[in-house]
Amino acid sequence: MADSATTQRGNDNSLAASIRDAALAAFLVAILGFFFLALRTDIAPGGLALTTRWGLWFTAIAIVFAGRLLLNIFVFKTDKPITRVLSGTGSAAGNALPGLGKWLGRALFAFALVLPFFFITFFPSQQRQFIDLAILIMTYIMLGWGLNIVVGLAGLLDLGYVAFYAVGAYSFALLSTHFDFIGFWVALPLAGILAAFWGVILGFPVLRLRGDYLAIVTLAFGEIIRVVLLNWYEFTGGPNGISGIPKPTLFGLEFSRGEGGFADFFGLEFSTIHRFIYLYYIIFILAIITNIVTMRLRRLPIGRAWEALREDEIACRSLGINTTNTKLTAFAIGAMFGGFAGSFFATRQGFISPESFTFLESAIILAIVVLGGLGSQIGVVIASIVMIGGIELLRNIGFLSQIFGPGFDPTQYRMLIFGLAMVLIMVWKPRGLVSTREPSAVLKEKKKIGADMVAQGEGH
Amino acid sequence: MAAAAMQMPDVTGDTKKWDLDPVLTVEHLTMRFGGLVAINDLSFNVGRREITALIGPNGAGKTTVFNCVTGFYKPTEGRIVMRHGPGRQQDAIDQLTAGGHKWQTTPEGAVFLLERMPDFEISQHARVARTFQNIRLFGGMTVLENLLVAQHNVLMKASGFTLGGIVGLPSFRTAEKEAVERAVYWLEQVRLIERADDPAADLPYGDQRRLEIARAMCTEPQLLCLDEPAAGLNPRESSELNQLLQYIRANHDTSVLLIEHDMGVVMEISDHVVVLDYGVKISDGDAETVRNDPSVIAAYLGVDDEEIEEEPEIAALVVEAVGEEAAKGAGLGISPETPTRPGGKGKTGGFE
Repeated sequence: MADSATTQRGNDNSLAASIRDAALAAFLVAILGFFFLALRTDIAPGGLALTTRWGLWFTAIAIVFAGRLLLNIFVFKTDKPITRVLSGTGSAAGNALPGLGKWLGRALFAFALVLPFFFITFFPSQQRQFIDLAILIMTYIMLGWGLNIVVGLAGLLDLGYVAFYAVGAYSFALLSTHFDFIGFWVALPLAGILAAFWGVILGFPVLRLRGDYLAIVTLAFGEIIRVVLLNWYEFTGGPNGISGIPKPTLFGLEFSRGEGGFADFFGLEFSTIHRFIYLYYIIFILAIITNIVTMRLRRLPIGRAWEALREDEIACRSLGINTTNTKLTAFAIGAMFGGFAGSFFATRQGFISPESFTFLESAIILAIVVLGGLGSQIGVVIASIVMIGGIELLRNIGFLSQIFGPGFDPTQYRMLIFGLAMVLIMVWKPRGLVSTREPSAVLKEKKKIGADMVAQGEGH
Repeated sequence: MAAAAMQMPDVTGDTKKWDLDPVLTVEHLTMRFGGLVAINDLSFNVGRREITALIGPNGAGKTTVFNCVTGFYKPTEGRIVMRHGPGRQQDAIDQLTAGGHKWQTTPEGAVFLLERMPDFEISQHARVARTFQNIRLFGGMTVLENLLVAQHNVLMKASGFTLGGIVGLPSFRTAEKEAVERAVYWLEQVRLIERADDPAADLPYGDQRRLEIARAMCTEPQLLCLDEPAAGLNPRESSELNQLLQYIRANHDTSVLLIEHDMGVVMEISDHVVVLDYGVKISDGDAETVRNDPSVIAAYLGVDDEEIEEEPEIAALVVEAVGEEAAKGAGLGISPETPTRPGGKGKTGGFE
């Protein structure tokens, strides 16, 4: 029995079998694609006109044949699937270099500290674009870290995190447009508090829920907030959004041309880049605060209670932990950081509308947390850079539009790329890029805890 | 009235220590799940600084009693009183029962009505800790972290409900150091100090059982409820468990209530044994009394009470058989894991 299985397997492994299998797949594509790709009907004067697109049809067949052949050779019909080799090297690298994450974190921090000046010096022609991209990535890092408290530490799957981002943004926008004396720095804590308040409001109904039900209700809550913002025309401006949101000032100095501006005060030549650098440092500091507070909370009893809650809620209750309050604090603190990021988003854009707070945003933030590795801070950074930065860079790569035609916009394929990245990472590292857990207290020797032991909590 | 019933001397005539100075009193406890009566009018006392065993065949309702005592179930009827401080404190209990409060401090200590309290308050205020039949550790956290989570409420207060901890108050650092010291003390007691920095899920089964006891003890309980602590342990491990429980009784102000199937453990260390069958108490007394109680023997051998009454010769045979077993030093020696009892006549099964 075992012998016949191995022989069978041996036959399967031959190159001929791989090619045969790939040819079959290509044949299927040829049949299906003939009607969908090769033939196309257009409305023409006097009825429908049939046009053919043989180039597209052949390209599709060739892609499927080549893709299937490569998969067969490297994954499906080999004794050493490349996926297994990859995950092997991945974990081996993690074990061999225990300090890698720490040093990578320090290097990234040092780079982030000088990033605007790096781009000004080395890429003066594209400095504005790069710093803007850095601001965007930093915003997602901050959102990822905020969501990591709820999903990674407390283990509560939140699909509506963008709601708190929206609450923060609208809090700042409405406060600053209605009250002249409220600037960015006054509104920032208020936006955080309001978002935390909404975090508690959301927390209450979901406390009793577990698993999939928790995820669905948080998803619904995110949509409710967006739909209210869209329809409460008198208050939020509905789909028109809110414009004219003030820019942040540096101790009262505005980043404007002329008398009394930042450049004038310091005797510099006016440049719009100053404001971008300033915005970058605001979000950088906000993100670093998020990180420091989260790392600190992990070592405090509340953080340990969150992680214990993720591991076993019943055991938590038997040890006298009020699970209701513990969950609510996780929601509130996660929401607060979302609110901070939201008010930064509002001041950076100067204009907000409900369109910026769709479910897609929640999905992207969650994807960043999951891809980075639940509970891992450095993982969120890497995932943000790859997901957000990578896609924005695609936009600038000229050769893609030469291949796919001038109308090709890679950002339209971001969900496809997200999906592909998800699949690849889930094959390679099923628990995210950085899946080991660092203990929050050490007696003698710090040992990393493997992902297979760490529970994922509710809704995963 | 219920309390008066409890104070009546038991069948053996003399009043036992657990009736004079009980830490926990369960009175007329009834738990129904829909039409199923898991516990029916159960009353017993757990003596202060004693080891009390709750035994009975599978499905007798033992774990249900635990879940009621620790607040995981709300009892359908009955009163569960926990006492801090010596004596019965009957006046305070009557006063508390008449009023709407959950607990009350008294000159001796405090009294708690557990059936009114949610599970986490029972652990936090009434100081009742428990372990679980299927071990519930925080597997992805280290052994040390498990014991620190157990001291959550103390540390939470010391950290000024997190705010003081974030700014790094020295008082919190001191409290955390004390918490680690307490954890180290218990790790030494359960001989897990070498594995303090390993994830709990990495420990072998017997070590996990001991860690769960250590974690429960880190909450500094007045009453420790152990749900089958010796299940799955080998003879050497269960004799170590006996020593640990006796150490806890001797050196800490902690009373122990345990569910156990291992009669070796029960008979060796228990001061007091309560026997349940189909949610009803069938025997209550010290190990010797219970061992020789015909109704207990009948329950374990699977003979209906009516049969014993109708046919005394069966009872005689049973006692004889068990006497031989006892002589071998194996306690009752009959494995309750293999219920030999046919379906009871019109009786409802327990819930476990």
